[in-house]
Amino acid sequence: MRGVTKSFGPVAALRGVDLEVLPGEVHCLLGQNGAGKSTLIKVLAGVHAPDAGETLWRGEPVAIPSPQAAIDLGIATMHQELDVIDGLTIAENIFLGHELERAGVTRRAEQAATTRELLARLGHGSLSPHTEVGSLSAAEKQIVSMARALSHDTRLIIMDEPSAVLDTEEVANLFRVIGELTAQGIAVIYITHRLEEIRRIGDRITVLKDGASTASGLDVATTPTDELIRHMTGRAVTNVFPTRPGVPADASVLLDVDGLSLDGVFHDVSFRVRAGEILGLAGLVGSGRSEILETVYGARRATSGTVSVDGRRLPRGSVAAAVDAGLGLSPEERKSQGLILDEPIYRNVTLSSFAATARGGILDEAAERRVADEQIAALELRPADSSRAAGTLSGGNQQKILLARWLVHGARILLLDEPTRGVDVGARAEIYALIRRLADAGHAIVVVSSEIEEVLGLADTVLVIGDGRLLSSVDSSEIDEHGVLDLVMKGTAA
Amino acid sequence: MSTQTSAPPTPRASRPSAVNRILSGPVGRNLGLVVALLLIVVVGIATAPDTFANLNNALTILRQASVIGVIAVGMTFVIISSGIDLSVGSVMGLASVAATIAAVQDVVEQSHWLVMVVIALATGLVAGLINGIVVAYGRVAAFMATLAMMVGARGLAEVLAANRTLVISDPGFKRALNVDLLGVDVLIWIFAIVALAGWFILNRTTFGRRTVAIGGNPEAARLSGIRVKRHTMWLYALSGLCAGIAAVMMLGRTTAGTSTHGLLYELDAIAAVVVGGTLLAGGRGTMTGTVFGVLIFATLGNVFVQNNLSSSVQAIAKGVIIVIAVLLQQRFAAKPGR
Repeated sequence: MRGVTKSFGPVAALRGVDLEVLPGEVHCLLGQNGAGKSTLIKVLAGVHAPDAGETLWRGEPVAIPSPQAAIDLGIATMHQELDVIDGLTIAENIFLGHELERAGVTRRAEQAATTRELLARLGHGSLSPHTEVGSLSAAEKQIVSMARALSHDTRLIIMDEPSAVLDTEEVANLFRVIGELTAQGIAVIYITHRLEEIRRIGDRITVLKDGASTASGLDVATTPTDELIRHMTGRAVTNVFPTRPGVPADASVLLDVDGLSLDGVFHDVSFRVRAGEILGLAGLVGSGRSEILETVYGARRATSGTVSVDGRRLPRGSVAAAVDAGLGLSPEERKSQGLILDEPIYRNVTLSSFAATARGGILDEAAERRVADEQIAALELRPADSSRAAGTLSGGNQQKILLARWLVHGARILLLDEPTRGVDVGARAEIYALIRRLADAGHAIVVVSSEIEEVLGLADTVLVIGDGRLLSSVDSSEIDEHGVLDLVMKGTAA
Repeated sequence: MSTQTSAPPTPRASRPSAVNRILSGPVGRNLGLVVALLLIVVVGIATAPDTFANLNNALTILRQASVIGVIAVGMTFVIISSGIDLSVGSVMGLASVAATIAAVQDVVEQSHWLVMVVIALATGLVAGLINGIVVAYGRVAAFMATLAMMVGARGLAEVLAANRTLVISDPGFKRALNVDLLGVDVLIWIFAIVALAGWFILNRTTFGRRTVAIGGNPEAARLSGIRVKRHTMWLYALSGLCAGIAAVMMLGRTTAGTSTHGLLYELDAIAAVVVGGTLLAGGRGTMTGTVFGVLIFATLGNVFVQNNLSSSVQAIAKGVIIVIAVLLQQRFAAKPGR
């Protein structure tokens, strides 16, 4: 394989992209949301046909008119939403569409043997080929997806944000597997938002911005981070996190969580959040962070403990009561838990606050648009067109829709679960500034994030969670990333 | 491409074609229904010029559409919330019987025929509430819960009626439901009012908006503070109430209650709703579409009757139309923004 070169004529989504991938390298594709990464890989995978430009595969010009054509060439794609079928076994998933068969009867033993081989090659030899995929973790499903890619004679694997669903240990295994693949001469196109991952496994980087490649084939080892960010945003990003003004000592406690427990998930968690304070929950995936948030919110019914707002206790397990009391949750999975994707922005914004925009159960659409437009302007939501379907917006702007929803509602306590997941680097700083501004305006905010740096940079106070227990509560200026990890390791070992 | 951030609103220009875009909008989907209805009308005029194309026949079509139409209005809400109500036909039969058993007719004799109406509506409402409670709080799949009600309510109706046709004796009731207002049958008026009310509730009230939200994304609806269970319960109650109204209309038309009223009406209503463009998966649908769906089937039936074709041939045509409608729906209603 000599490499793949691609260039496009003036198209909306992709305006002249060059990408060259060498055998056995990890080529990172970097760019903000909407930069054209997804479109580019869909062209490579045969989902979209390019309007102009050419693709060279091992030096020969080729056309990739269909996904099957891409597979035949040796190009496999692992999509962000894992495309495995839960009801089938691992082996059945891997051979889906190209089953080993004789006269229409699948050769199960052979498939199982090949599957075992593939799984072993990927460092998961302990998995049985007959395990139903639905019972696997996200990381294991990813392995299955990868095994499927390898079951063809694959020379190039495209991975679209594979680490998004993984915790630290699983990411390490993923990287190990990628290392083995490249050692066999297989090329990997790796798409990610996380710069530190590029540092760890990337060989070269291509940066996309607004559908064009702003830098091609940069060497990972010699390119400084700020140069990458400059290529992505067209500006240098410094001091991403807003400054902390400090919470006034006399600020009133808005949210008081006392001895909250959920059997089997977390135990005896207590904390208080004052007006103007940002509280961060740090911990590994699976430590119970999100569950704590959801239980405070009433989306899960606590087995013991109390949640009080302004000194008034909330009934257990009632979201509606929590919302009435002034809590608002921006859930971890914005698309599946937060938004009605087909509905316009303004209807998503007013979903929780018909008191302000409806009288006696009768809607006032003009009022709805007005309050939504106010928030769109205040939060600098783009595009500033409240009748656009929520699903067409970028991650950062979808996050703003949820913030707008609670601001319209008049929520004073905001629970933000992974507020920057799926939000690109440039837009993150904006979200951070926004969250701080809301705190300064007197909101009490609880932030959960799997990125410890984010919690430390944003929060006034940090709660370290490990294995469903509160390990420590510290001022965020008194602890660093290592300190948090240290606590987590010790706490869970004990 | 998943997103467009700050680009000016030009990139849409690269979409397939303007025609396709118009057809995929709400206007386009109803436009297709208008065209379909017109086509059937044209066929009717062409094949039965004397009997089809006159005002009387148009009113007949509307009268026949009215009972199913009222049921379909309630069904639209349930389906938009991504549920289903298979029990409406049976509930209608039960309400028809409950309102006309001897005990009730005795009371009517001493008081007023409105008692029958109230009992029919209450029967529908209560049956719907039971559906709603089992679906929302019992977490039983709507298909199964309402299937159980479909079987059970029909059986109960048969027991109550004891295999008899319960002829209504009160003259006031018969008169009231066979009156013409401005030359139009009162049943048609009832259908029109229910459809308008349904349209208003769906598009102009918080109840309707929440219904769409629950159908579009139940988890997001719940986390936004909507009381999803309570709401779901009332959706089925609404559907049951519509079945009760339909029962009253049926009693007015036939002047007798029987346990066979409403047999298989649930299927006609579901077909009309789906042909009208409401997604079975929920989250999207229009009341206008439902009304058109009802009218299309009623007109089609009329055309077949005018041409002396058997009901079996009519059933075949219905099946074909449902398949075509759903195929077109999938073609044009490709989900934007996912």
